[in-house]
Amino acid sequence: MKQEVRLMKGNEVIAEAAVRAGCDAYFGYPITPQTEVIETLMEMRPWETTGMVVLQAESEIASINMVYGAAACGKKVMTSSSSPGISLMGEGISYMAGAELPCVILNVQRGGPGLGTIQPAQSDYFLATKAGGHGDFRMLVLAPNSVQEMYDHVFLAFELAFRYRNPVMILSDGVIGQMMEKVELSEAVGRLTDAEVLERYGDWALTGRHHRDRNIVTSVQLDPHIQEGVNNTLLGKYRRAEREEVRYESTDCDDADYVIVAYGSSARISSKAVEMAREEGHKVGLLRPITLYPFPSAQIRELAGRVKGILTVEMSTGQMVEDVRLSAGCAVPVEYYGRYGGMIPTPGEVYQALKSLLIEKQA
Amino acid sequence: MGTMKEEIIIAGFGGQGVLSMGKILAYSGVMQDYEVSWMPSYGPEMRGGTANVTVILSDSPISSPIAHDFDTAILLNQQSMDKFEPMIKPGGLLIYDPNGIVHPPTRTDIDVYVLEATEECARRGNTRLFNTMMLGGYLKVRPAITVESAFRGLKKSLPERAWKSLPDNEAAIVSGMELIRKS
Repeated sequence: MKQEVRLMKGNEVIAEAAVRAGCDAYFGYPITPQTEVIETLMEMRPWETTGMVVLQAESEIASINMVYGAAACGKKVMTSSSSPGISLMGEGISYMAGAELPCVILNVQRGGPGLGTIQPAQSDYFLATKAGGHGDFRMLVLAPNSVQEMYDHVFLAFELAFRYRNPVMILSDGVIGQMMEKVELSEAVGRLTDAEVLERYGDWALTGRHHRDRNIVTSVQLDPHIQEGVNNTLLGKYRRAEREEVRYESTDCDDADYVIVAYGSSARISSKAVEMAREEGHKVGLLRPITLYPFPSAQIRELAGRVKGILTVEMSTGQMVEDVRLSAGCAVPVEYYGRYGGMIPTPGEVYQALKSLLIEKQA
Repeated sequence: MGTMKEEIIIAGFGGQGVLSMGKILAYSGVMQDYEVSWMPSYGPEMRGGTANVTVILSDSPISSPIAHDFDTAILLNQQSMDKFEPMIKPGGLLIYDPNGIVHPPTRTDIDVYVLEATEECARRGNTRLFNTMMLGGYLKVRPAITVESAFRGLKKSLPERAWKSLPDNEAAIVSGMELIRKS
């Protein structure tokens, strides 16, 4: 089904993917380093072809609430922003999780906290996997490491969003968003009708009440007994996702003495560090989580049982490393190396860190 | 397999066509079925200061789009020379335009080539051909990308409304190939 190879930026390909995935609506507000998403959509003018709505809202808060409205009507809807803008969306994301609404949110991360820098970072791992807003909820989180995965993950994210009726975040960063690579674009799938949404995903959306009871989409449950029931429903979905949706890529781990755990652009940089280590005779592998929630804990636990050490590499002051340590237990040392604040580690730096923190220490 | 891999940094002032030169090169690589990556600077330096882009061409999948040393550096101002000359791999290639360079490169373990493209473009009265002329110089010294691919990559990287400038840019590539000389 694949066709058409193009050279595109990660951000540009998100727009192509949205239209081709049959997205009904995009609401967003510009912010570096992801503004090409809405720019490309505006250039594509999909409202003239598929009928997809593209709208620049007055703010990120407005964007996410427009997303809520469209999602409540059973529409495939998405938004995108970068770190400070995602913070503004936190309330709306929480409401959507509480009301069990599907949507896709792209975060092209930049350095923070605060307004921070416009340069790439991975400092929203906690935000994406632990606290996208208040209350007891999770987002499913995908971490693309290439322009091709930026494209593929839009399709996957919509699939997961509707399967779980839950917000799905694509957690990218300024490197993947801004760089150009070759990408294979698949054939477009059409937008769904209300009848098709009902048939595929069940009768929960506000599609107009004809011969059925009222559907109520809300996140407010003043009776704690009912709220606890909602929490149990959500918990059941998250447990199911933990069983069924863990995705990761394991490279050169079979004979590895040491393993690097990294996602997104850090995984690309680390994979070159693995090549450098292998050239010098060190048996090093790479485990790349593709879903950050659910996290590949079992895979890391298994690795921890047979390697001498694990290095977590991320463009933050150390966030994912907490999950890697929880997964590994105390079986082996789990070290962390990172650059942050918009600085990008080089493969050489990662290899040096691997040597000084693990290989040479244990020699 | 695995025989061709070229990590290139192109750096200079914003407005010199640094990012477009990288884009043309990346598209030219696509024309030869290479794997390519194009990673631009997009930070505060884009707003007035320096701009740079890392282009990687390879016949096998590219692991890191971020490089810590380079096979080739095309350096177009003094700041870029200061920053990137030390990051060229031993035996690598440095191409520069001496215009505005007060401290020429000093390394002796790399090949250094000079292309006076600013001066030549001024003589022709079209400074917009600067980047394609520099690209021509690179193609002459590193013929991994053929001139035919570069012409096709050039066309592919330009929007249709800019295709009227193709003949001038193609001529600039050829001039760059003729004018480049070993330092």
